Amino acid sequence: MMDGTMQPGVPDTLEGYNFAYLDEQTKRMIRRATLKAVAIPGYQVPFGSREMPLPYGWGTGGIQVTASIIGMDDTLKVIDQGADDTTNAVNIRRFFAKTAGVATTEKTAEASIIQTRHRIPEEPLRADQIIVYQVPIPEPLRFIEPRETETRKMHALAEYGIMHVGLYEEIAHFGRITQGYDYPVQVNDRYVMAPSPIPKFDNPKMDRMAALQLFGAGREKRIYAVPPHTKVKSLDFEDHPFTIESWDKACALCGSDHSYLDEVITDDQGSRLFVCSDSDYCRTRREAGHAGSGLPVPAEPDTTRDTQAGEQP
Amino acid sequence: MNARAANPLLEVKDLSRRYGNQVGCEDVSFELYPGEVLGVVGESGSGKTTLLKCVSGLLPPSAGAVRFDTRIDGLRDIYAMSEPERRMLMRTDWGIVFQNPRDGLRMNVSAGANVGERLMAVGARHYGEIRGAASDWLEKVEMDLGRIDHLPATFSGGMQQRLQIARNLVTGPRLVFMDEPTSGLDVSVQARLLDLIRGLVRRLGIACVVVTHDLGVVRLLSHRLMVMRGGRVVEQGLTDQVLDDPQHPYTQLLVSSILPV
Repeated sequence: MMDGTMQPGVPDTLEGYNFAYLDEQTKRMIRRATLKAVAIPGYQVPFGSREMPLPYGWGTGGIQVTASIIGMDDTLKVIDQGADDTTNAVNIRRFFAKTAGVATTEKTAEASIIQTRHRIPEEPLRADQIIVYQVPIPEPLRFIEPRETETRKMHALAEYGIMHVGLYEEIAHFGRITQGYDYPVQVNDRYVMAPSPIPKFDNPKMDRMAALQLFGAGREKRIYAVPPHTKVKSLDFEDHPFTIESWDKACALCGSDHSYLDEVITDDQGSRLFVCSDSDYCRTRREAGHAGSGLPVPAEPDTTRDTQAGEQP
Repeated sequence: MNARAANPLLEVKDLSRRYGNQVGCEDVSFELYPGEVLGVVGESGSGKTTLLKCVSGLLPPSAGAVRFDTRIDGLRDIYAMSEPERRMLMRTDWGIVFQNPRDGLRMNVSAGANVGERLMAVGARHYGEIRGAASDWLEKVEMDLGRIDHLPATFSGGMQQRLQIARNLVTGPRLVFMDEPTSGLDVSVQARLLDLIRGLVRRLGIACVVVTHDLGVVRLLSHRLMVMRGGRVVEQGLTDQVLDDPQHPYTQLLVSSILPV
């Protein structure tokens, strides 16, 4: 990444703004926080989060991290819920195209920086790529321990037994671990970290990923990171090991039976279409000649309701 | 009590705690031997709770020392330990039963998780074993196993207090601090709880420091008794001796203020 000073000669960028919107002092501050975060994998580094021209919850943390690491020669991809064409993704991509004049892409393989919300691309990331996560709640201990002073102490002393109390509760009530997203992980055998609201399906991809992973939480003013090739372990019990979601359907568009599928309701009769959540992955597969059935799955009879009504099958 | 010859489990020396000019407790010294139950009585504001907080590692004293016989290194000043060591001690070898169960329980997780928390904190990672230990302890404190997955908020005061005891005893502590364990409970529940505590303490050989203003509780539970007033210990000795033949005028007053039934 190169130092971004004023960019004469870059066409189509907004006048009156510094390269990538943030001023250079702010970027330096964020880079310092980022370096510290990389040095201590999984540790939440506080930083002076700035007001951004979009509301909290729309990715202010991720945008600030991206703005501070992006250079003119970078190619940016933005993912929102796996797709490149949703509001959030389109607007953040356009934001950087305007303020930094960088190239943008929808193809995972062509991007050097990928800012994401809710998904990690299906295609394995490379060592020359950086993935930036937008994080709403960076503190994995928050749900059970509301005091910030106490959670900091628990991180400092690696007192993480309480994380398993949460998992215990789920097994006790539902017979299995039901947490489906933002599934807590332990990084490098030390810090317990919230992986941001990605589905637990994506957790194994974080383990020893070749790309640098950066996490920015704008409202909570925290940056954390997982350096390349770092161990990331999802928390579990010995007799209730961590598992990922699976589907007995394949993607209706590309026929993939190994990717994370979205369930799209297609009519008011309950028919559903299962399609890849990662739109770029799905398109790449279709362009390579793969095809799915293209058909929605009809609604399944709701057996639970029948037995509840007292009818014997 | 038969362990007199052994080393003390807890040794408190010239302990003082001041809040500015206010005296919390002053010059308190005592020793507690394994399996022994020490009662601390006195009126409100006499420094009982301050003393308990100081000796249980919750409140650093202004002067004096609290030494605990750790399993590995023998007698050690708990305030000279590093914080991780002290916190580890507090959730393994110690238990603290608070007056208000809300201070000692996690109200937003189930009874089973409350009991299992300490086990998970010391590294238990097998759900079946944790749950087994939790059921086992709920049974020992005479709780209905059908309520293992219920929130403590749905329990009665007596049940919450019993849950708190189970939660503390699950790691097999050698020393338990109790701050007014039976106040706020009606007398029949008090009696059952006292019976339970007495049974557990005898059976498991746990040493206890019980702070209370209820002389009936100490007569039932404790071997030795300390009477506090204005932050100082005015009289101490064997429980029967202090209660039946009080020497200090204040103790005499205290003993004579018990309402006859």
